[in-house]
Amino acid sequence: MAKKIVTPGETIVEGMDYLPGDGTYRSGPEIRAEILGLADIRDRLVKVIPLSGRYMPKRDDPVIAIVTGVRYNMWELDINSPYDAMMLAGEATDRFIDLRKEKLSKYFSVGDALICKIIRVDETMSVFVTAKGPGLRKITDGKIIEVEPSKIPRIIGKNASMIKMIKEYTGVKMFVGQNGRIWLDGGNQELAVKVIREIEKKAHTDGLTDTIKEILEKEGEKHGEA
Amino acid sequence: MEKPEYLFKNGKRLDGRKLDEFRKMKIKVDVIDNAEGSAEVEFGKTRVVAAVYGPRELHPKHLVMSDRALLRAHYDMLSFSVEDRKRPGPGRREVEISKVLSEAFRSVVALDRFPRTGIDVFVKVVQADASTRITGLNAASVALAHAGIPMRSMVTGVTFGKIYDDKGKTYMAVDVFKPEDQWGMADVAYAKAWNTGEVVLLQMDGDVTKEEFMEGKKMADKAMEYVYKEQVKALKSVYEVE
Repeated sequence: MAKKIVTPGETIVEGMDYLPGDGTYRSGPEIRAEILGLADIRDRLVKVIPLSGRYMPKRDDPVIAIVTGVRYNMWELDINSPYDAMMLAGEATDRFIDLRKEKLSKYFSVGDALICKIIRVDETMSVFVTAKGPGLRKITDGKIIEVEPSKIPRIIGKNASMIKMIKEYTGVKMFVGQNGRIWLDGGNQELAVKVIREIEKKAHTDGLTDTIKEILEKEGEKHGEA
Repeated sequence: MEKPEYLFKNGKRLDGRKLDEFRKMKIKVDVIDNAEGSAEVEFGKTRVVAAVYGPRELHPKHLVMSDRALLRAHYDMLSFSVEDRKRPGPGRREVEISKVLSEAFRSVVALDRFPRTGIDVFVKVVQADASTRITGLNAASVALAHAGIPMRSMVTGVTFGKIYDDKGKTYMAVDVFKPEDQWGMADVAYAKAWNTGEVVLLQMDGDVTKEEFMEGKKMADKAMEYVYKEQVKALKSVYEVE
């Protein structure tokens, strides 16, 4: 199912039956694209899947954040977005932190990378994250690469199928943040990075899974279900 | 160069074009890797690079608006873009053009989507042969779309001017180049939000009658469709499947 590339202002469909979704707007009977991307019409809902643009924080998104500041009762984090995120002291661990007795830098200090989740984004784009929860933690080894945030959905694949496949053939441990940062550890990282760059380059094309599988089968070896 | 006796003769302009004919146009997208979006546009010898940064944290802080982003265009000509060295840095003219370009784009970009941020659009004239602000505007429009910034419409512009022949008769011509800009009786910079039809930039140097203006505008509107199609083609070609 080849999707059509649309440019801002371009009319995608006409008719009051359709509903304008993300990346579109209504002008009279027409639904027009608001961004450069792929037009996606599902029943009545019309969307444009972006091909570029910065990461905009959304509630419940898993992200990889980097600590840029430690204050008295919270951390400031860079989430590769126009907006910085904040993490309150109570969101770091399940244990009680007595601010009178210990400093927050004991837990996370400037430069640390964290796998965390966005818990709140308000209308002024104040972003709050948490490091409490399954899979959320400080990153202590491996490496982080950055990709264009708009390509993340393809790197994850439907029901994380693409991630599973990469893990299976390269044996890496991997975490994909919605903000375009990917953590890799162990296994054949070289191949994993190569494949990720390939997905990034071809994110807008069809049959991506097959293309990637071909590369993985040729250059990787099966490590069993990851 | 001395003032020529004519700018139009035997149905041809000095560079051999017809009155409603555009110069050779070229649009390249994604020319600056560091930028969120970028484009290079050539109108004949006029060549402009535009790069978009952001939305990003805005400095100085007193410009920050809590409910929307600030879009700033920065127009400048590189010192070697003209024959006599252009003194670098923004002067009266550059500040004015930056202002009108910013305003043109603010009317179409969905700035309320990015509160507290700034979007910077850098427009650098690499080589100038008239119509630089419009070439820059076309480049900036493509660069903004390439950066994934939401906007209601593409912005497309053309210039038109009033030129004379050897018998003193005047004509309206589209896409003026250097001699026509310098010696012609008038030149108009004209830009629209193409998809919605709103005029977002209109400036004139010299003078024309209402009839002449309308004649020029009619030609310009036709030319604009051509420019718009080239912009769209360039944008789509980035993602074309090989």
